[in-house]
Amino acid sequence: MRETPLSNCERDFLLQAIQEKKRLDGRQTYDYRKIKVMFGTDFGCCFVELGKTRVMAQVSCELVAPKENRPNEGLMFFNIELSPMASPAFEQGRQSELSVKLNRQLERCLRNSKCIDTESLCVVSGEKVWQIRVDVHMLNHDGNLMDAASIAAIAALCHFRRPDVGIQGDEVTVYSPEERDPIPLSIYHMPISVSFAFFQQGTYLLVDPCEREERVMDGLLMIAMNRHREICSIQSSGGIMLLKEQVMRCSKIASVKVSEITALITKALENDNTARKAGGRCGFAESMPQERITALKKETTPVEMTDATERANDIFLKSEVTPQTSPSPVVPLPGLGQVGQGLQNSWGMEEDEQEDEEDFNSDEDKETMMEVGKKQQAQGDVVEISDSEEDEVVILQPEAEDKVPKNTSSSSHQKGPVTSKKRHRK
Amino acid sequence: MFVVDYRDFITLKALNFSALLSFYSGDTSVLAAVYGPAEVKVSKEIYDRATLEVIIQPKVGLPSVKERAQEQCVRESCEASLLLSLHPRSSLTLVLQELHNDGSLLSCFLNGACMAMMDAGLPMSCLFCGVTCAIHADGRIITDPTAAQEAESRALMTFAIDSKKRRVMMTSTKGSFSVHEMQQCIAVSQTASEKIFSFHRESLRRRYSKSVV
Repeated sequence: MRETPLSNCERDFLLQAIQEKKRLDGRQTYDYRKIKVMFGTDFGCCFVELGKTRVMAQVSCELVAPKENRPNEGLMFFNIELSPMASPAFEQGRQSELSVKLNRQLERCLRNSKCIDTESLCVVSGEKVWQIRVDVHMLNHDGNLMDAASIAAIAALCHFRRPDVGIQGDEVTVYSPEERDPIPLSIYHMPISVSFAFFQQGTYLLVDPCEREERVMDGLLMIAMNRHREICSIQSSGGIMLLKEQVMRCSKIASVKVSEITALITKALENDNTARKAGGRCGFAESMPQERITALKKETTPVEMTDATERANDIFLKSEVTPQTSPSPVVPLPGLGQVGQGLQNSWGMEEDEQEDEEDFNSDEDKETMMEVGKKQQAQGDVVEISDSEEDEVVILQPEAEDKVPKNTSSSSHQKGPVTSKKRHRK
Repeated sequence: MFVVDYRDFITLKALNFSALLSFYSGDTSVLAAVYGPAEVKVSKEIYDRATLEVIIQPKVGLPSVKERAQEQCVRESCEASLLLSLHPRSSLTLVLQELHNDGSLLSCFLNGACMAMMDAGLPMSCLFCGVTCAIHADGRIITDPTAAQEAESRALMTFAIDSKKRRVMMTSTKGSFSVHEMQQCIAVSQTASEKIFSFHRESLRRRYSKSVV
């Protein structure tokens, strides 16, 4: 589906509003939208809402062989899926420029910053390491996918628990979650990306652009930073030229925002932790507000099955007898089996063989041997034995066992007559 | 336990008929979104009907053959119940995202799909619901099994049942079972579908009791 183009009057309206320091949803220039972080039933499943942008991240792990030049380190794999659910413009295939850009940015933000201790993921050096896979799904696109994705990814990584591994000499045992509690990943710091949209060649800037604002912006500056005011990654796209002071100012704003967001994530993790320890149910179903009119919940209800059984019995008794299934395979000789009658040969046939066809059709329920035997009898009337000495002519007997090896496949009645016919015609 | 939560789809105000809802059955949760009728690519257009496209996204990894098979099942049920000839040369897209899989995933997809299409207002000749039955090793029939129950079962069957005459629209089975057992499972599913249809009715009544923006 093609994206609806932005009309000129909408574009002019947005730019005019930005010049007057007003935003569509009434925010200030440096305000973020409301962020909600929720966790699912599985470890490593995180759901983030940034205003109306919704993103889900899931972390999973697997034991694989490490890279050859780094035998002691675990591997990390990031995958951002732009689901068609997020916007009608997103197609199912992955080649879109936006998806490549987001994937690359998330990789730089999380992998190159070394926020996860990959050496702790090593199980047997050079042979088995953990590969941590982060899948981020975009569920609704209302601008600023990158920030939402980075928050979801790092929160999911903090939430994730990998299975415990025991090493005794040469033996490695991976314990299931029921045997031993899974252990969390060791995370050094939490890089979070903050996006700045620039308008009118860098004159105006907005933090956390929504989808409409993204469409009219000139360029985007993404700064990934952690709570300790260390910049993990900077990316400027769109070809705008920024002054040094502007970049410095943006990084100061980013550090404030990042510390707020990190505090929010930590609090969400703690809440989830206490809920799990208390043994309560956790997950999306529980975190949905129940009192809203758009939500409905119904408890488990048992289903009455007694009359269902009677009804089923009735249906069964009244139903027709199933047609006879084909008989079990016939084994004329060891190594040769036949099931069914095979297909009618639909290759182009000569007139002589038309006769064979008719005879063939008349006796359907006989076995191969008998059929081919009969053919031979019928053919015996029209057989022409050539005079050439090169030809080897063999008259086949009905029950002869020696012709069987020539029938190489079980369902080839046609091969029988055809091959014998060929021999006669030489 | 069923929970449905209708959400608003803000980016699509311009298009008619769009809906987004999350459907939970026990711990298995699914997010369903419907777009359409909208412009269709010339290669996919059908001259007298709408083209229905079903996309199932698993939580981990890329969609594989298993998801394609599930898409086929869901699409066949939807095509049987939608009035596609009312929107020729348009496309309807149904996107299903798996949020958590704790058994009975295919029937959860079916239920989510039907409710999303209902909420979107797409014209349908009947509603349908998905019910999963598992036959335990000792012959017991369990409806709506969890993942643990599915793993221990001898056979697993999913039925799509229509709302008008409670007939079976689509069947997907795994494992071995006798014809008699299948008839029993169908009868059980038909009884269970009553509950699901009453849930449909109640949730819609609630949703449209006030005008929610």
